[in-house]
Amino acid sequence: MDSLRPTAHELGMAVSARYLASSRAKPAPVETRPPPLLHRIGLAAIEALGRGTALLGFVGELAVASARGVVQPSRLRLRPILYNIRSAGFDALPIVGLLSFLLGVVIAYQGAEQLRRYGANIFIADLVGLSMLREFAPLITAIIVAGRSGSAYAAQIGSMQVSEEIDAMRTLGIAPLDVLVVPKVIALAIALPLLTVFADVLGVAGGMLMAQWHLGVGSADFLERFVKAVSVTTFLVGICKAPVFAAIIAVVGCFQGFRAKGGADGVGRQTTRSVVQAIFLVIVADAAFSVAFSAVGL
Amino acid sequence: MHDAVIQVTNLSTRFGGQVVHSGLDLEVRRAEIFALIGGSGSGKSTLLRELILLQRPDAGSIRVLGTDLEAIGEKAALALRSRWGVMFQHGGLFGSLTVSENVGLPLREHTALDDATIDRIAAWKLAMTGLEPQAGAQYPSQLSGGMIKRASLARALALDPQLLFLDEPTAGLDPESAAGVDALVRELRSELGLTIVMITHDLDLLWQVADRVAVLGAGKVQAVGTMDELSRIELPAVRRFFDGPRGRAPSKPR
Repeated sequence: MDSLRPTAHELGMAVSARYLASSRAKPAPVETRPPPLLHRIGLAAIEALGRGTALLGFVGELAVASARGVVQPSRLRLRPILYNIRSAGFDALPIVGLLSFLLGVVIAYQGAEQLRRYGANIFIADLVGLSMLREFAPLITAIIVAGRSGSAYAAQIGSMQVSEEIDAMRTLGIAPLDVLVVPKVIALAIALPLLTVFADVLGVAGGMLMAQWHLGVGSADFLERFVKAVSVTTFLVGICKAPVFAAIIAVVGCFQGFRAKGGADGVGRQTTRSVVQAIFLVIVADAAFSVAFSAVGL
Repeated sequence: MHDAVIQVTNLSTRFGGQVVHSGLDLEVRRAEIFALIGGSGSGKSTLLRELILLQRPDAGSIRVLGTDLEAIGEKAALALRSRWGVMFQHGGLFGSLTVSENVGLPLREHTALDDATIDRIAAWKLAMTGLEPQAGAQYPSQLSGGMIKRASLARALALDPQLLFLDEPTAGLDPESAAGVDALVRELRSELGLTIVMITHDLDLLWQVADRVAVLGAGKVQAVGTMDELSRIELPAVRRFFDGPRGRAPSKPR
């Protein structure tokens, strides 16, 4: 068989000179000098803009998919919703509980010195109650969930993306958004407010313990003052942020997952990015809420 | 002309400033095994993705099974997707499902069959692709490369498609498994009368299985024909597949 075939060398000679010339000329001269600063800033800006547009496009697609789910509830997949409520909500109870308890302890501890100086020990209930219910419980819960579940979403979808599972899904006529994203958004929008309530309770309990230990404010006194200081509005102001944070975490996690390219390193990069961006956006949203609430006088 | 299963006319695709296809024409006839070859970056994977509605071209028209893919509605796309099957290079099997659940998934999604029937069909498709019945209960991560390709093929066949797309069906397989895939592809065509479009670099597969082969290069189809015809063409873009150190003359069918 080998004797029949002309050697590569012989045929290489036969190939037209024009072709050889063109293939030799192909490698472009390597640019060694880095592009000027302005050029790089421009490139980075265009890239950031592209990312922003892509995220906006994703949110739009998701809105359409969710709207379809509302119109045709049969499109919603109950099992993944329940599964995600368990994994993002129920399974997060210990860590959310512990951290918000410790946060309550820290707030009370820091406030105790100042309050004692003025003999205003009882106001520890105001301090812990307001700060925990309004700000810290929703925020710490969202940050923990972003780290726990947002990253898991990015990793799951990212690994499916690089292993062609997402493509396979599309070719099988299964919309990835319906199966992978909508259930996560719904599940998190249910789980995060509930987790926030849990964090409220544990955080206040932590503060109460500290008040008794450090300031000598008994739990009966603490609770009596707490009920007077904290209104239902305070509680609701905290809780109503949670679904928004949930949407941010789920959308950013899933979006970054879909952008994974290449192999395992691509998945890792997108996972990291999802956590950083989700926490960033959650804090930005929280600041926006503060401004908005103070504008309407809540 | 009407027995063309795939008709691509004047296709253009661009990624930013990079031109992938410029005025590409292609026709695949009914019940043939058609192979796409070309160097890396010649746009064959992109072409495949455009054929299976995973990506849209910038210009030109693609007709698959008599349906124009441009401006195709969601319902029509769903109907069309159930008439073709795709086997991905890395299988694309869902890691969270067992092999037989993977194969049964298209049926569960798109038909009203009961679970027992679906399981029976899945087992039958697995047998058809030469997998042992016990492989059905395993997860994709427990399978070897050759078994993953077969399981992926079984899933692609789940809805009894008329058209089958194979992306590198033998890449990453040992020679024996690759030979098994050769035989399987031929069998599918002769027994089910499927039209098969594949991307491959495997010269054995090309020589022994492909009816016609299109060579992609510089955004166009450089040449189309049987391997015999192509091996006599003097175009440089074609020659390099035959003349490289790994090129070869036709080996005897096994």
